Amino acid sequence: MIEIKDLHKSYIMGSNSLHVLKGIDFNVEEGELVAIMGSSGSGKSTLLNILGMLDVADEGSYTLDSVPIKNLNEKKAAQYRNKFLGFIFQSFNLINYKTAMENVALPLYYQGVSRKERQEKALKYLGQVGLAEWATHLPSELSGGQKQRVAIARAMASEPKVLLADEPTGALDSTTSYEVMELIQKINDEGNTILVVTHEEDIAKMCKRIVHLKDGIIEKDEKIEQVRASEYV
Amino acid sequence: MFSRDRWQEIFQTISKNKLRTFLTGFAVALGIFIFVVLVGFGNGLKNTFQEFFLDDATNTLFLFAGKTTKPYKGFKSNRFIQWENNDLEDIKKNFPMFVQYITPRITRGAFVKYKNESNNYTTRAVAPGHQFVEKTIMMKGRYLNEYDIEKRTKNVVIGRLVAKDLFKGEDPIGKYIDMGDIAWKVVGVFQDDGGDNEERYIYLSYTTRQLIEKNNDKLGQIIVAFKPELGHQGGLAFERSLSKFLKDKKNIAPDDQGGIFIRNVADQLKQNQQFATVLQYIFGTIAIGTLVFGMIGVGTIMLFVVKERTKELGIRKALGATPKSVINMVLQEAVFITTIAGYIGMFLGIGVLSGIKDSLDEYFIKNPYIGMGTAIFATILLILFGALAGFIPARRAARIKPIEALRDE
Repeated sequence: MIEIKDLHKSYIMGSNSLHVLKGIDFNVEEGELVAIMGSSGSGKSTLLNILGMLDVADEGSYTLDSVPIKNLNEKKAAQYRNKFLGFIFQSFNLINYKTAMENVALPLYYQGVSRKERQEKALKYLGQVGLAEWATHLPSELSGGQKQRVAIARAMASEPKVLLADEPTGALDSTTSYEVMELIQKINDEGNTILVVTHEEDIAKMCKRIVHLKDGIIEKDEKIEQVRASEYV
Repeated sequence: MFSRDRWQEIFQTISKNKLRTFLTGFAVALGIFIFVVLVGFGNGLKNTFQEFFLDDATNTLFLFAGKTTKPYKGFKSNRFIQWENNDLEDIKKNFPMFVQYITPRITRGAFVKYKNESNNYTTRAVAPGHQFVEKTIMMKGRYLNEYDIEKRTKNVVIGRLVAKDLFKGEDPIGKYIDMGDIAWKVVGVFQDDGGDNEERYIYLSYTTRQLIEKNNDKLGQIIVAFKPELGHQGGLAFERSLSKFLKDKKNIAPDDQGGIFIRNVADQLKQNQQFATVLQYIFGTIAIGTLVFGMIGVGTIMLFVVKERTKELGIRKALGATPKSVINMVLQEAVFITTIAGYIGMFLGIGVLSGIKDSLDEYFIKNPYIGMGTAIFATILLILFGALAGFIPARRAARIKPIEALRDE
């Protein structure tokens, strides 16, 4: 599903150049649930942003679902993002003046899906995250866990190839975190490919594979026995 | 552009962000409103001036006589010049190509009685041509005619307010008024646009006036209307040759500033119009300044709006919005608000102007108006500028990487 070869990325900070990714090679198969772990500054968010086409690499190749991702102009990147990827952010990034349902329907709007179909799909995915009754509520009326579930429904709505989650539980307490992870596991069980960036050991252990990043290189890449989040809930 | 979905998206953004919508709309509406009102006031001012001076025919020369200031051909200075009947004849004879009408005007005060009513009025003893010079409009009866001049009749034409004061609604035509212990027959009632004073005059034949004043042939002033086809330049030329002719006839030194004076109405009108035009320019400059401030206001608000929405736009981009769709969304929203608000401001302004109409007459603003073309042009200009001011930050927002926009808190 994802193939990355020799990926490099530097940031220019004033007169200094900060080499964040120093040659990353890594593949993800369909249906995997991968945790990318590392301390802050290890380059994990940068890697996720490049995977999410929110940022571009300086060197190396990136293939997503057999499509080479290179020389993207903004328009193409936007279309690929819309078609291939679903995002889940630490700070949820819901649009605050739109209801839960409208937020979920937004990626479908950019896919050109008709209004009626958008609403049906949005309701369906809100139902899957258990928030069908909250469809008409604004983000400000939802709890943190509910907001993240709306964001997950939104990421799912466009039926992407890969879900990318950047510290999805970073802003949540542990009980809510496990609920969110339970949902992510459930989605993964249905065959979706998911990448989770986290620095929390327990969250990483709920995935099927952990990629340890340190100082811009992959330190360890291991398949693990998945801990089911439902055990904690 | 006209996709229903896009409009729904815009209406939602507008209605969910009322303060932002209001601020943008208010700046635009206020800018256009003040522009319309100021331009309207400028026009109203010009109207007032035109009304003041267009009441009289502009192809008119007023001939006054006074004291000479220089000795000439054996005559001492300080000699008093007097117009006489033969001056009328000479002007007519010598300038047939130029003269359209000629009339003397002998002005006297008079105490006038009718039944129990009485009042003091100004009388003007004139020839029939005077009607065209003053643009006197007859309401009833007739003006003075050649018969009145020839037969030295005791007929008078009275102003609308004279009739109102003395006759109290009675029909004055054919009635006799007492003026200087002589009975005068009212043959006509007139009105005049020049204001109340102009409608308190009483006109009578100049020959009758001369008969009463010991049968002399003295005239107060002479008013000459030249043919309009001569134009302004022709009028000036006529004025020069008439002055030369009369100075020669009356033995006045050619370079004497006294003796006779000729007042050219067209010249005076031109000066006054220039003054009005300058005032209008001042109003216009302020109006354009307001419009520019409006534009800057819209631009500032658009900048602020896009800044405020950076994160939202980043989210939209992460979800698959193309840069073009981001720009279009911001622009369409801006243009929509400025258009609605612009036209509201414009129609409010026009409404205020038509509400004012004549109520500011005292302040020399009469019938203020703005050309529909000017108003719409200004509105469209503001809309375009709002769009341009929105476009620059919108393009920047669309170019910014979603990751940076998402970091923006």
